[in-house]
This record gives sequence, structure tokens and C-alpha cells, in this order.
Amino acid sequence: MSHIALSVQNLSKSFRIAHQRSRGYRTLHDELTTLPRRLMQRLLGKRTSTSETFWALKDVSFDVGRGEALGIIGSNGAGKSTLLKILNRITEPTRGAVDIYGRVGALLEVGTGFHPELTGRENIFLNGAILGMTRAEIKRKFDEIVAFAEVERFLDTPVKRYSSGMYVRLAFAVAAHLDPEILLIDEVLAVGDAEFQKKCLAKMEDVAFNQGRTVIFVSHNMDAVCRLCSKCILLRHGEIDRSGKPADVVAEYLGGERDQAPEINFSPIDSEATLRFAGLYAPKGRATSSFSASESVLLKCSFDVRREIEGLQFSFAVLNFKHERVFYSTVSMADPPLSVESAGKHTLTALIPGRLLLPGHYFVTLALHTPKTKLYDARREALSFRIVAATTDRYDGFSGDDLGQIYANVKWERADESGAPLAQISSSMLASR
Amino acid sequence: MSTFSTLGVVRSQSATAIVESDPRTGAIATPTLRIRPTKGWAALNLRELWQYRDLLWILVERNIKVIYKQTAVGIAWVALQPLIAAVILAIIAGQVAKLPSDGTPHLLFVFCGLTIWNYFSQTAQRSSTSLVNNSQLVSKVYFPRMLIPLSHTFSTLVDFAVTLIMLFLLMAIYHVAPSLRLLAIPGFLFLTAMTATGVALWFSALSVKYRDTNYALPLFLQIWMWASAIIYPTSMIDSTKWQTIFALNPVVGFVEGFRWCILGKSALNPTIFWITVGMSVFALLSGAFFFRRVERDFADII
Repeated sequence: MSHIALSVQNLSKSFRIAHQRSRGYRTLHDELTTLPRRLMQRLLGKRTSTSETFWALKDVSFDVGRGEALGIIGSNGAGKSTLLKILNRITEPTRGAVDIYGRVGALLEVGTGFHPELTGRENIFLNGAILGMTRAEIKRKFDEIVAFAEVERFLDTPVKRYSSGMYVRLAFAVAAHLDPEILLIDEVLAVGDAEFQKKCLAKMEDVAFNQGRTVIFVSHNMDAVCRLCSKCILLRHGEIDRSGKPADVVAEYLGGERDQAPEINFSPIDSEATLRFAGLYAPKGRATSSFSASESVLLKCSFDVRREIEGLQFSFAVLNFKHERVFYSTVSMADPPLSVESAGKHTLTALIPGRLLLPGHYFVTLALHTPKTKLYDARREALSFRIVAATTDRYDGFSGDDLGQIYANVKWERADESGAPLAQISSSMLASR
Repeated sequence: MSTFSTLGVVRSQSATAIVESDPRTGAIATPTLRIRPTKGWAALNLRELWQYRDLLWILVERNIKVIYKQTAVGIAWVALQPLIAAVILAIIAGQVAKLPSDGTPHLLFVFCGLTIWNYFSQTAQRSSTSLVNNSQLVSKVYFPRMLIPLSHTFSTLVDFAVTLIMLFLLMAIYHVAPSLRLLAIPGFLFLTAMTATGVALWFSALSVKYRDTNYALPLFLQIWMWASAIIYPTSMIDSTKWQTIFALNPVVGFVEGFRWCILGKSALNPTIFWITVGMSVFALLSGAFFFRRVERDFADII
């Protein structure tokens, strides 16, 4: 219990959506003119239902341990920001409870506490105080903040003359130097240039890992979630859909439906070459979409070629959960090359060797085309499969971390101190720098 | 880095005080903050306001700076505006309507009333729009929301000070000798601030929900001004009973009190004084409790 930083129990938040009015707010005038009618209705016990209850969050429960980094993902409107707003006490829950152990700092949107007329210096104090720092604390951190934001020269310029980049840098710098024990961050990295985003992420990593703070991070940047977080929650329609290791949850979120059928029949299209069938099989011929890391994946595919097409290629690509291409293969790469140019039905198999793909979620895109000329048929991400790390496997414990794209079969050896090959390699490496 | 070294000095954001934690394990037995849905009337939570006093001063500072930045005449507006208003009103009161003024020159009499009234009405007006103007803050960051309207109670004191200097100049021009009664000014100012803050809290909270509050308030204040003894003395009312009823409007009490401090002549008596104190306290407390009650929905509807 003592290592919990934050505990959320059955948290729910509802909003009333008015159907009658299109205006978001009411006026005193409306209220006064409708008062007699509403009083009558109340007296007669009639209730006109002009509003509907919408649950932005429904029975959400989770715990975050001290020093843990929790990622919260989900599509727009899934309740991510509402959750953060409740944790940050901006809005109250309708039901449920939150217990927080430690000081909370939040960075919900960059630059909310800034006043355009005030100078950078004045805004640092204003923003710091709004985020909950005392004047003395801000003074102590002032130089560090200014250095991080790189705005030394413009400290006494009103921030309305700042470029948007400077603005964001300054805002992030103030928030990052808050020193909270629990830091809530909402999609702030969507702004700023690439270099600054990198700097922000590095700072967040520093906060989360090196300083042992607890971080709750809401983002659409799946890469950042996977890299920064030790745990992840997927919210869907206000409920926790899945929680666990970031890579798995992210894969789930991006992959849509879970456990897709391993075999698929395509309805033929009006084309001279059309795909008919594709399937994935384990080594013993069992159709499956779940493989262990050491298992090879057999892709089987049938297609019709209605007339002979010169240079026709059948190819497939494997994409990772971020929809990035891991590799590509086509029949002409086969050894010896395969030809699919002749008219008729073709059925091919392609074996993806084991110990190639890292544990995770993958998609397969299939295509029939003549290179750089014509695309006859393509099925994007027609199949998906999962590489699972078995407990006996050497992959175990690596899943979900930033290990790159593939498992490289690297030969490791112990070299002796005076070994000539090692000296050769290191000198050539130095030369190439 | 020193994750926990700062723990001793930082204050907790919550109402409950930060719980001493073990510096090595960081183990905390009870939560520093509990979030639960609340219903009905809420406590004022003055302790939290006190914890956030730094923010209050920075907000006050911001209000003042924003008003005077990039203005050509700057602080002169603050002095000119009541002076011009006082001249017009003095002409109307003295020459047109021929109202009494307890035997003091009309300009001085009216300016005296306006000095304190302006403080009151400006505080009420500026703070009533303050929450909506700061909706970016209210919907994105947590801090005691009351600080926003409250900051105007303090920042408007700058305008008051400038007007007060003008008033002292007028006193010198009209050869009105200052007396020890001037020492009572802060007391009446405090009463004014309480009432003004109370009104401000009511209207700022209402304006979050009802945007036309901002149209209603100036009208309301206009009527209030004429209903208070600004350009005429309370002594115009010749029965004590009616004077007492008149004083249920707290503005009457502190305008008369202020006049007593400056001019020495006033209808102020202990009954009126205590009614004013009572009404001011009532205004402040009712405003504060109302604000706390509706505050929890601000972020959702602003």
C-alpha cells in the first residue's frame, strides 16, 4: 500500500447533454422568463426530459505505483482528458474516489497560464504560481527554467511578441521544473518542433526514470507511450478496455479487433489479376494468428490471373503495430525466382523464418502488381498476427521495449585483449566517424 | 536528484496538510489528497486560500500591470475619470437639482462619495467578468477559483489610492483641514472591500453560468449608485427610522463613514455603523458560500 502513488476507484463522470438548446450556456434572462413554467412543472411533478446523461467515464479503477509511468491512450472522446482533469481537480467526479499520495503537478495544455501583455520573466512567476509553486521555489528554479527554454534574450519582452516555439518552450520549461511527485501530462508534445519535442521527451524520461517521479501521460504519440511508460491503459467510451504492457495495449488499440481470423477469402475484383485467399499457418499446418517468437510463420496465398501479364509480381509486406513497414518480399526475390505471369490460379507459400520478428502485433499487406507500372489488386493489412514471447524463450522480458524492428541474429563472442580482428574493427569504426 | 529533499518545504496542493513521509522509502500512510464528489454547501477552505497566497499576489500584480501597460496616459486615467464624473455630478447636484451637501462645497462632497463608490463598483465590475476572461485558466489548471475575483479586490486599491491623493488635493484647495479621523479610513475601506468582494463573488459565479450577467451588472450598479448617498447626504432623510432602513444598503454606511473621516460631517451613527458591518459580513459570507457551491461546475460549463 505504501508504494502506491495514486489510486482510482470506480471513478465515473457524467455530463448532461441538453437537446433543446443549441447554445452552450444559459442566460439569466432565460432563467427568469421560464421560472413560472418551471415552478409549475415542479409543483405538478412533471419532468420534461430535455437532457440526456452522457458518461464520459464509467467505473474506472486503477492504481499507479510510486515511480511508475502510466500511459493512457484511446481515441478522441474516450475520456482521457476528463480523467486527467479529475485527477488534477479541475473538475469533480460524479461518483467514485481518488486517493493521491504526494504533490501533483500538471501540464494539461502548454501556456494556459500565460498573459500576452506580460514579459517572459513575469509570466514565469505567474505560470509557476498557477501550477502551484511558491515564489521562493520559482526564484530558485528561475535560471534553470530560462536555460531550458532558451529565451534569455527575450526575458523582458512581452510574450505576445514571442514566436509560438518560444512560447511553448517557456511553458514546458516552467511545468517541467515543477518538482511534483506525481506529474500529469496531456498531449503537450504535439506542439513545438522536432528537436524541442525530443528535448521534452528526454526531460520527461529524466523526470520519470532518474528522479523516480510518478508520471501519468496521455498521448496520441504511441511511440512516446511505449518508450516512456511502464504500464498503459486503453480507454474506450469511458471504460478501461485493456491495461498492461504498453506495446500490447498500443497494439490492441491500433490493431482494432483482437484475434482476427487467420484465414481470409477475398471477394474477387474486376481486374486482370485478383487475390482470392490468404492464410497464416504454424509449422504443423495449423491456421493461427498467434506465433511464438521462435516459430516460423507460413503465409499461404491464392490468386487468379485472367490473362498472361508480363512482369506480374505477387508481393507482401509485414508492418508493425505502428503501421511501419518491417520488410517487404516479392516473388522475384525468391531463389530461384518464381514466375506468376501465366494465366490461371496460382497458390504460393512464403515462409517467414522464426527469430526474425520481435514479439508484438503485425499486419500483412498483399499486392499483385507489375513494378512501377500497374497495381492489379492490393489488400492493405488484410491479415494480422501476433508474435508472443514464450516464457522459455530468450525474448521473454524484452517485449514492449524499444528494441528496434527485428531480432538480429548477431554473433557474439568473447575476444581476447590483443586480438587482431577487434583492433581492426575498432580502427575502421573510428575512421568512419 | 533530490526528489524528496523539497518535500519539507513544498506545500501540498490539497486542503489536508502534507503528510510527513519517510525520506528513504517515500512511504506515506494516508493520502495527501482525497478526491470525492461533493454535494450541497461546501466549506470555505480558507486554509487552501492561504496556501495559495503567492498566486494571489501574482494575480494582483498581473491585473495592475495589464491595466497600465501600453497606455499613453497610464495612471492619469484613474485620476481623471472620477474627477470629470465628480465635476458633472457636482454641477447637477449643486446647480441643477440644488441638493444639500451638509454645508461642504459640492465638488468636494461628491468627489468624496465617488472615491469610495468607485472602489466598490470597479471591484465588483472587474471581478464579475474575471472568471470568464480567465476561462483558459479555469478549465485547464487547478487552484482555488476564488483567487481570481479576489485579486481584483486588491488590485483596484491602486486606483483607490490615486483617487485618494486627488481627494487630499481637493481638501487642500478647499481648505479643509485633515484630522485624526483620517485614521479611520482603512476601517471603512475594509468594510467596502468586504461588501465589494461579496458582490463580486456573487456576480462572477453567476456570470459563468449566465453570460448576460455582465450586461445586468452595470445597470444594477448604476441603480445602486443613485440609491446610495453619493451625490446627496443621508441627512436629507429626516426621520431616523427611515435613515436606519436606508442604511440596510451597506454602501450608505461606508460612504457616510468615509465622509465622516474626510469632512467630519455625516449622518453616521452607531446604529447605521453596526448595520453596515452586519450587511458587509453578510455580503461577503453569502458570496463566498455561493461561490463555493457553484464553483465545482465551473470547469464544465465555462
